[in-house]
Amino acid sequence: MSTVERAISTTVEERRGAVSSLALSSLAARTKDVMVMTRRNLIHVFREPMQLSDVTVQPVLFTVLFVYVFGSGMSLPGGASYTDFVLAGLLTMNLVTSSMGTGVGLATDLANGIVERFRTLPMWRASALVGRTVSDLLSAAVCSAVVAAVGLVVGWRPGHNVWSVLGGFGVALLFSYALSWATACFGLLAKEPEAAMSVGFVVIFPLAFVSNALVPTLHMPSWLRVIADWNPVSSVTATVRDLFGNPNPMPPNASWPVEHPLAAALIWSVGLIAVAAPLAAFLFRRRTTD
Amino acid sequence: METHAVIEAAGLAKHYGNVHALAGLDFSVERGTVLSLLGPNGAGKTTAVRVLTTRTVPDGGRARVAGYDVAAHPAQVRRRIGVTAQDVTMDGLLTGRQNLQMVGELSGLSRRAAKRRADELLERFGLAEAGGRVAKGYSGGMRRRLDLAASLVADPPVLFLDEPTTGLDPTSRAEVWGVVEDLTNRGVTVLLTTQYLDEADRLASRVVVVDHGRAIAEGTPAELKRSVGGARLHVTLSAEASQETVVSALAPYVAGTPRLSGGCVSAPVNGERGLATLVVRALDAAGLLVDDVEVRQPSLDDVFFALTGQPAAEEVVA
Repeated sequence: MSTVERAISTTVEERRGAVSSLALSSLAARTKDVMVMTRRNLIHVFREPMQLSDVTVQPVLFTVLFVYVFGSGMSLPGGASYTDFVLAGLLTMNLVTSSMGTGVGLATDLANGIVERFRTLPMWRASALVGRTVSDLLSAAVCSAVVAAVGLVVGWRPGHNVWSVLGGFGVALLFSYALSWATACFGLLAKEPEAAMSVGFVVIFPLAFVSNALVPTLHMPSWLRVIADWNPVSSVTATVRDLFGNPNPMPPNASWPVEHPLAAALIWSVGLIAVAAPLAAFLFRRRTTD
Repeated sequence: METHAVIEAAGLAKHYGNVHALAGLDFSVERGTVLSLLGPNGAGKTTAVRVLTTRTVPDGGRARVAGYDVAAHPAQVRRRIGVTAQDVTMDGLLTGRQNLQMVGELSGLSRRAAKRRADELLERFGLAEAGGRVAKGYSGGMRRRLDLAASLVADPPVLFLDEPTTGLDPTSRAEVWGVVEDLTNRGVTVLLTTQYLDEADRLASRVVVVDHGRAIAEGTPAELKRSVGGARLHVTLSAEASQETVVSALAPYVAGTPRLSGGCVSAPVNGERGLATLVVRALDAAGLLVDDVEVRQPSLDDVFFALTGQPAAEEVVA
């Protein structure tokens, strides 16, 4: 009986706690909900070997494979180092593919009963969505660090100072965050997590490969080069190369995004968030209302 | 003027396509009592709970919980309710403790308070040992207990339990019943849905029988059982016997005329102490040998048969 009494007495204190948190501004309450959801997703990353390998094994594998396999047969204009050239590309490619995790994660949440529980709680409903993108951003940061570390081991050397290099990582992470919102929309439209995954592959893989990430666009057929030059992945990669101080071969009479990679990368990223975030919020609301 | 009703449903309607999950359901639950919605699968019980717990918007009718309209003030309602849904709604990749803590924080508790509350509930639900393990590995009974614990994290004054014992083994079932009884003793208002008449009988002070989205009967469990005719005695004799021998032997113990077919006797009875013993002795004195004696409590099917003249039909609702 004493356990029950104790349970009742602490409950009174908790009630007070609940009231005081209600008195906080709704922004603070929402931030807290997002943090709780973020923490939940990060626990998932460590429990799910697949998710963990996306941010650890995959970047190591990609970096080593491309540097040694592609690097052995690739000669760049001016004899620049392929390792220095490709690292920024591997960074964006890893971040672009790992951004699929947002859509798959949301589709998985919706397929499980947990969202039903959330719907009965006095929480900010969109925190499930925002928390997912925040935890994926943190995973992307870990992924970036792994790429950089492996890069340094295999001989990548940035030519600019540390602040410029960090700026490069910042641009790449901003784009990956924006892309997370886009894959969130796919995940919310998909009936099952597997469907979110396959839609992701169909959209994300061409996006990652038809770009300047792994090879210069110089020698591509002209129609493909137009696509590659306007591909946001190319703009982000070119920006990161410039900020890293790594070789960034530029084709003659280039199109606007190639001439202004930073502006293009920022426009793409901000524009994608501006479109995809409200759309994802709308889709999430629709999926969790009946 | 308002009554003391904590949960009120008036003319609730909801259809999915052309399936009418709710077709004008009315009921109310007084403060501190347990009301059971009793009905077969597809009767509309779960839809009713979904509407009252702000997860489904009704097409028609009104519902109030703890003084707030569920459609107009869902956030106010959510602060006052605990819900155990029919399907398990826990995060399988989190431990039991992490699940409860998360629910606590999302219910507005501070991180420390949520931790403490999680530990209390794990202790109370016999999950203290398992609290550090991932919920995916829990047995069905443990998961259900964790779900129940999660619905109590914020100590809500109103609790919704949607078929909390369906699919549970008898031991886990008895545990869940114990928890509900404990909560009722503490003044929590409970809406419980069930397919089992014995469960409603054990836990609820009032029962609403639901069929095709509307209430077809309402009363105390005793009233309901009386309307069905209460328990029945079934005796299997070793050999055929004459009608008058059986009737005269059993007359003092049964509540109506016994029916005899082949070697089987059936009759309505009042739940008297030692009934089976008395019946066997009386039949033995009349020179009859008995193979089997059973006193059967009425089931949901019996209730439905008595109320509608049809067995409880299962309907699939999307």
